[in-house]
Amino acid sequence: MHSRLDACFAAAREEGRSLLVGYLPAGYPTVDGAIAAMRAMVEAGVDVVEVGLPYSDPTMDGPVIQDAADAALRGGVTTRDVLRTVEAVATTGAPTVVMTYWNPIDRYGPARFAVDLAAAGGAGTITPDLPPEEAGPWLAASAEHGLDSVFLVAPSSSDERIRRVAGIARGFVYAASLMGVTGARAEVGEQAASLVERVRAATTLPVAVGLGVSTAAQAAQVAGFADGVIVGSALVRVLLDAERRGLGEAAALDGIRALAADLAAGVRAAVPASA
Amino acid sequence: MGDWQAFPDASGHFGRFGGRFVPEALMAALDELTESYDRARTDEAFTAELDDLLATYAGRPTPLTDARRLTERIGGARILLKREDLAHTGSHKINNVLGQCLLTRRMGKSRVIAETGAGQHGVATATACALLGLECVVYMGEEDTRRQALNVARMRLLGAEVIPVTSGSRTLKDAINEALRDWVATVDRTHYCIGSVMGPHPFPMMVRDFQRVIGVEARAQVLERIGRLPDAVVACVGGGSNAMGIFHPFIPDDGVALIGCEAGGDGVATGRHAAAIAGGSAGVLHGMRTYLLQDDDGQTQVSHSISAGLDYPGIGPEHSLLHETGRASYRVVDDAAAMEALALVARTEGILVAIESAHAFAGAFGVARELGPEATVLVNCSGRGDKDVDTAARWFDLLDPEAGGEPAPGEDAPARG
Repeated sequence: MHSRLDACFAAAREEGRSLLVGYLPAGYPTVDGAIAAMRAMVEAGVDVVEVGLPYSDPTMDGPVIQDAADAALRGGVTTRDVLRTVEAVATTGAPTVVMTYWNPIDRYGPARFAVDLAAAGGAGTITPDLPPEEAGPWLAASAEHGLDSVFLVAPSSSDERIRRVAGIARGFVYAASLMGVTGARAEVGEQAASLVERVRAATTLPVAVGLGVSTAAQAAQVAGFADGVIVGSALVRVLLDAERRGLGEAAALDGIRALAADLAAGVRAAVPASA
Repeated sequence: MGDWQAFPDASGHFGRFGGRFVPEALMAALDELTESYDRARTDEAFTAELDDLLATYAGRPTPLTDARRLTERIGGARILLKREDLAHTGSHKINNVLGQCLLTRRMGKSRVIAETGAGQHGVATATACALLGLECVVYMGEEDTRRQALNVARMRLLGAEVIPVTSGSRTLKDAINEALRDWVATVDRTHYCIGSVMGPHPFPMMVRDFQRVIGVEARAQVLERIGRLPDAVVACVGGGSNAMGIFHPFIPDDGVALIGCEAGGDGVATGRHAAAIAGGSAGVLHGMRTYLLQDDDGQTQVSHSISAGLDYPGIGPEHSLLHETGRASYRVVDDAAAMEALALVARTEGILVAIESAHAFAGAFGVARELGPEATVLVNCSGRGDKDVDTAARWFDLLDPEAGGEPAPGEDAPARG
């Protein structure tokens, strides 16, 4: 069975390139503003959209994503709004996944969330704090509704953990480039390439690298060894800066388009990984 | 529920509670900690060193005090106090941090991070780090650094770096978030010394084990004092480490009622409280499945309590199990009742207890009246109240305005004292 993510990775592979995954949180600056920004980044070359579900206790996120999520929550964003966002973005044709801490799905009811996410046209979920040990019910609900379930591995993961995570993941494996929280870094962690290699030894699933990737040059570097390049904080920062400088929505969307286009060019200019 | 030593199971679950809901990046560290602790707990060199520190440094065993004037005043069961307020640093927190800091050294790590609410765990951690030569960083919500300024100074005197946390609600839960963010980036050389029976496995089990000494001592002391077990054991519960520590050795004793007192803030009905069991529901927070305060979308709700140490929207997972199985029961004590108890204990026994512990006393007064004069109630006096003098002085309007105190609130303030 081929999921939307499978097809998307296969198409990129045929073009001989990695694909670009862009993250923005739902509800920031507003629900409709976030939808517009997500659509803009797809127009500019983002292949897969991660819709962040803003959460009160985002322990994996650095200050940029925390700020946007806090603002979205103060604005009253709900899980229903997140699903509405997925619905509006999925119509672009780009596979759209929800990135969320586990408790909001737990509270919504995993079975009900799977039904509603599938109905909204969502391709699956990324759940960074749901370990394989606790994932059974969610895997069953996801499979029943044709949703992919993406899990993370980290540089600290043992080969045994990587096999376990890769064994239950669907769509792709999310390799964290470094030990730390989300946010731009001057350099992509040097552990990223070796982690991708260790994941490839455990699975034939595509491997996408996230955390700390913010520029076209970094995207090109990561595209040299990974099947996907994930960018979050850098895109979120464009929206935060636009708000802080009092720029209008049009300018914010231009900023998103410019960065997304730059990153999309980056993944198409992959630097072959040095041996 | 039979064998209580069986909890948690090998995967860190207390029935349907507990577990490990953390980023994969932390799994290796949790596995390492689990293995290190497993070896240490059965290693005589480790347990002997810990026992020696508890005896010669922390001041254990702590005494059992017969609260005669308080008993007379309440007019019910005989009230016995387990005096954790007399342990070094002024609360039970030292029991846990000595264990975890020794373990840190065994794991070859040189840096310890901790979260703190009231500052008692932060002070205890800073103390153990000073003693053992470890670098110490304490995360504390900005709001708490203001209401517990004395403890911030204490930690800094002890050589710790105190980082005020300005994210989220700027209280204990956000300090935990920030500590977790630090840990994921520094885990190769850092141990996260969690201060309560909460967080991902093995923390709820390990912290309980380090705090069990309270109950082990108290059980023997009560037997010696009155020739039988107490009818009830009462403790305050935020995360719930002093309660778990005193409860656990009594769990197999069916005739002993175990009663936890949650912080009711302005009252559960107002929504401004910290009572995870009375006013919350099961969910996932800070790496564990447990009862917590959350809204319909699973967003954590901000807790409220006059006690910074109980001002937490969750509760340790073993308490959730004890609640659901009925082996322990949980009551709510609001701010006003706790402060009234604090004043009464001070005037009848000459003991200025922490506002956290005052919640246990307020709950125990009700229990003592219900059980009557033939019964005996054991109260965990978990900490001393020096840190709370400023809060109490404002609450009871004891400061002269010219001495720098804020003027008393107006007529719309709740009834005091």
